[in-house]
Amino acid sequence: MAALLAIGGLAAIPLILLALRSLAQAWYWPALSPPAWSVRAWRYIFSGAADVLPALGASSVIALTVTLLAVAVALPAARVLAWQEFRGKHAALFALLAPALTPPLAATMGAHALFLRYGLTDTTLGVVLIHLISAVPYATLMLTGSFSRLDPDYEAQARTLGARAFDVWLRVTFPAIAPGLAVAASFAFLISWSQYLTTLLIGGGRILTLPLILVGFQRGGDEAIAAALSLVFLAPAAIVAFSVARFLKEGK
Amino acid sequence: MKLRIPMKPAARRWLMLSPALGVIGVLFVGGLALAAAQSFGYFAPTGENAFTLRHYAALSDDREVYASLWLTLKLATLATVISAICALALALGLREFARRSRAVNMLLQIPLSVPHLAMAGALITVIAPSGLLARAAYVIGLIRQPADFPALINDRYGAGILLAYVLKETPFIALMTLALLARLGDEYEQAARVLGASAWQRFRHVTLPLVAPAVVSSSLIVFAFIFGAFETPFILGRPYPAMLSVVAQQRYLDVNLAARPGAIALAVISALLTAALAWAYLRLTRAFIGLERPFIL
Repeated sequence: MAALLAIGGLAAIPLILLALRSLAQAWYWPALSPPAWSVRAWRYIFSGAADVLPALGASSVIALTVTLLAVAVALPAARVLAWQEFRGKHAALFALLAPALTPPLAATMGAHALFLRYGLTDTTLGVVLIHLISAVPYATLMLTGSFSRLDPDYEAQARTLGARAFDVWLRVTFPAIAPGLAVAASFAFLISWSQYLTTLLIGGGRILTLPLILVGFQRGGDEAIAAALSLVFLAPAAIVAFSVARFLKEGK
Repeated sequence: MKLRIPMKPAARRWLMLSPALGVIGVLFVGGLALAAAQSFGYFAPTGENAFTLRHYAALSDDREVYASLWLTLKLATLATVISAICALALALGLREFARRSRAVNMLLQIPLSVPHLAMAGALITVIAPSGLLARAAYVIGLIRQPADFPALINDRYGAGILLAYVLKETPFIALMTLALLARLGDEYEQAARVLGASAWQRFRHVTLPLVAPAVVSSSLIVFAFIFGAFETPFILGRPYPAMLSVVAQQRYLDVNLAARPGAIALAVISALLTAALAWAYLRLTRAFIGLERPFIL
């Protein structure tokens, strides 16, 4: 019971706090509750004055692109890693795992030099590419887990029964890996969505995504706006994670 | 499957692996290689292009680097250990509920999906010198003004950072542990109970060893993540001492371009340390469960 309260609190309290802070007006020391409420912060965010709406758009476009690319790249790799044993498999697995655990900072700094040479800095494409470093490993690992729970014989059976390759994919493989695919896609999305430092380094401050704007307000001092923006920032992330969790038929 | 061209299995397999490995190869390995090259003196922004160890030598003489390394190690270890213990308690406490309802899983996902920046922001509201905790202390009469409240953010010990990571990583480790517990069932503990083992004995000799793979391997992931993370210490920490990634970033963005190779050297060291951890993680999970794939799957 205590454990339930703990996670309930852990889940709800940050959200409630942010909501309160974003709607509170003149909530100065030492008041424990706000003396007045106001939607000033919210109105400001969605007005044209802040850079919020363009940043929201940029974050979305980048995250969706990263998701598509990461999944596209991960699918064939995951098939091989899950179903086949071969020389070099451990090396391949390590090659894919290391970027997932390693902080992207060093690689980003190095890639920065590379991108400078090819004109990819300060571009959306550059930012998408740099996010892939973190997204592809996770997507591949998730999908490998998915494929490893699917027996390759199902596909073989379908083909001996005369189904064409595309139908096999659509009717046999895809439904079986759909949950894992959803998890992999949501991971890739969330990873890209929350990137700050990599976007800052490669985007050069020209590509403005939501985290960059948020940090600006957090350090700038208008706490109500920062709180409202935090909620805008975490809403899609929470929605994506939540819907995936519901979509999954079994635990994990 | 998608190609009609007949080819040898080995060729097809590497062809299918090549997009993923290509992305990693060019961007990650290539990026790291270029970073390493720059840290060793090549392609310097100042124009020089020759091997040198002086950037690394400079790091070894740098008090800020040692302070940062020490702080990072301390915080990462402490946060990981505390999170692991809390997560274990949480997972064991939630075990029954998790069996009956999916809500537990979904509840745990929420703090997981809250981005670190947002969590840091929410935390500031509570633990800042003029935050809610301080105001509560004022109302009770413990303190008189914000400055009397102990510094929990932008402080020497990184208390706020520690708290933020514990709050974010405990659900993660708990989720991994619960997944393992669900797969294991409780037959072993039942058997132990039938054989007369006490609750503590069951926990110490049956449950603990059984969940150890999940707890340990996810703790390694958490440690590696915290070690190299940037956002939370950036928002909640102070400029000195700062965690490794923050110091590296500060120096990289320094107006003086000559500082850049030193920043990169620092980042390379950080990357190497965590790559070593990744390797340890792979070996550990193989040893523990004898599986050929990482536990996270």
